Amino acid sequence: MTSSTWDTGAAAPPRKRHGRLLWLRIAVAVIVTIVMAFPLYWMLLTAFSTRGDLYAPGLQLWPAHFTFQNFVRPFQEFPVWRWFGNSLVVAVVVTVITVVCNLLAGYAFAKLRFRGRNALFLVLLSTLMIPPQAIIVPQFFISIGLHLYGGLWAVILPEAAAIFGVFLARQFFLAVPDELIEAAQLDGAGRFRAFVSVVLPLCRPLLAVLVLLTFMGEWNAFGWPLVALSGNQDLFTVPIGIVGTLQGQYTSDYGAIMAVNLLMILPIVALFLAFQRHFVEGLSRSGLR
Amino acid sequence: MTGAAERIGGATAGGAVRRGPRRTAGPFRASSGAVATAFLVPNVVLIVVFTLLPLVYALVISFQDLDSLGGTKWAGLGNYAELLADPVFWQSAANTGVFTLFTVPVGMAIGLGIAVLLNGVLPGRAVFRTIIFLPLVVSGVATGVLGAWMFDQNNGFIDKFLHVLGLPQVQWQSSGGWAMTAVILMTLWQRIGFDMLIYLAGLQGVDPAVQEAATTDGASGWQRFRLITFPLLGPSTFFLLVMNLIYSFQVFDTVWAMTRGGPGYGTTTIVSYAYRVAFDEHGPQLLGYGAAVGIVIYLVTLLITGLQWRFNAGRDQAD
Repeated sequence: MTSSTWDTGAAAPPRKRHGRLLWLRIAVAVIVTIVMAFPLYWMLLTAFSTRGDLYAPGLQLWPAHFTFQNFVRPFQEFPVWRWFGNSLVVAVVVTVITVVCNLLAGYAFAKLRFRGRNALFLVLLSTLMIPPQAIIVPQFFISIGLHLYGGLWAVILPEAAAIFGVFLARQFFLAVPDELIEAAQLDGAGRFRAFVSVVLPLCRPLLAVLVLLTFMGEWNAFGWPLVALSGNQDLFTVPIGIVGTLQGQYTSDYGAIMAVNLLMILPIVALFLAFQRHFVEGLSRSGLR
Repeated sequence: MTGAAERIGGATAGGAVRRGPRRTAGPFRASSGAVATAFLVPNVVLIVVFTLLPLVYALVISFQDLDSLGGTKWAGLGNYAELLADPVFWQSAANTGVFTLFTVPVGMAIGLGIAVLLNGVLPGRAVFRTIIFLPLVVSGVATGVLGAWMFDQNNGFIDKFLHVLGLPQVQWQSSGGWAMTAVILMTLWQRIGFDMLIYLAGLQGVDPAVQEAATTDGASGWQRFRLITFPLLGPSTFFLLVMNLIYSFQVFDTVWAMTRGGPGYGTTTIVSYAYRVAFDEHGPQLLGYGAAVGIVIYLVTLLITGLQWRFNAGRDQAD
């Protein structure tokens, strides 16, 4: 429903007699947009400002002394590159595991018939209601018990235990005609081959939504990583590094913090601008019953 | 999103596939149980080990006196009794209530306003929409850290701006109420795009002909909105209400990155409270107690979702 909204800009017929109203709407829209964009601009401005300028009295809307120093200092003093590497590893590995698992399970629920299908579906559905924040303590013990604690897998595996994509995938696969799959199987392809060579190529939009949303969620993940990576600075992801180290070390050096903050949001903002429609599609559904 | 599959479906359904006796050998034989298992095992194992099992385990731990050194004693309902007697728990519950009260309805109202503003013909519409939506993909941590800087009590943009306007300084960091206000404002900034998005989609489904008819009947703009548009947006409003309630009730990263729950416990929400007692204040300890808070969080989430299902069931029957 939403992707169409995003694409078809103007559904309502133009109303000429409302010319003055149109100008008013444009003016309000410009003001709202400036207010919404301003915090991001302030982040940018701070990241390129000298400490002296940031902590000088008076409002400065443009950096008086433009500097790149904020992008150098934190990287010299803390393993910030490592945090970015860890974030990338976590986000990529979780995305691969989650999307593969979700696609397989979604396909089974949509196209395979087996005993207990409805019961299992209901059980999985019910786990949607378990907030990750509610089970952090037992996850802490389980990750210790499985000897994951103290490594990135302690973040990766619990984060990869995701279910939402199953429902999205199932809905998508339900629309793939059975005849197509049967034809592939008559040609001698096994069920898995039929899935990979016939069904998957149809799912590029589904794949795009699942991959982008999972990647974004994991790149931004905070609650569980904060517990799972606690105490070992070399294992931090970027959000944990900012909150766990930089905020404490740079209490009066927001230039450095905003520089790392800016670098942290940049990949996701770029992905969003490049694949806006898929983000919108996914975000408007995530959480649908 | 189902477009591609449907298009291909149209081509095949009328085409090459012959329906013969071998059809029973298709993908739906009962014997595909083994195959189904192979498809399901990875996801089911992950969910059982890292979501379902932890929930049961959380319930068990919540009845124990447990610290990270492994000291375990059965506490019965002790953790829950302690919880209900802890004024900080009630303060966190009240904070969560205030946060929810101000982020959910206010955010939805602003989002609706922006959606109505951007609906229909408007030059630059796509640019406005993209920028307003952008904060939603910025992480909670990034939002919180940025908020901490913008609302910095001495050097932040907000105070400098207020100074330019000739307004007095505000104690964004040392007063609990003002700190909560700052957190709410940053959350609104981040979440409004979502409300706008869903309402824009809802407005697309409002038939312009109904509006035209009402205009002909002499209804004013506000009347048309109140009596026609808003009621027709009911499903969008309901969806947003549930989504936002759950989000606000479970908020953690934005708040934690911005204030650490402070000053004092001024911005400590329920989830921040659970984290504080179980892990933060003295390293990992009071884990049984933390698990009990987790169970409370789960039960409230269940309640919100249960209400949603009940309401939806009623609505489906009405349709």
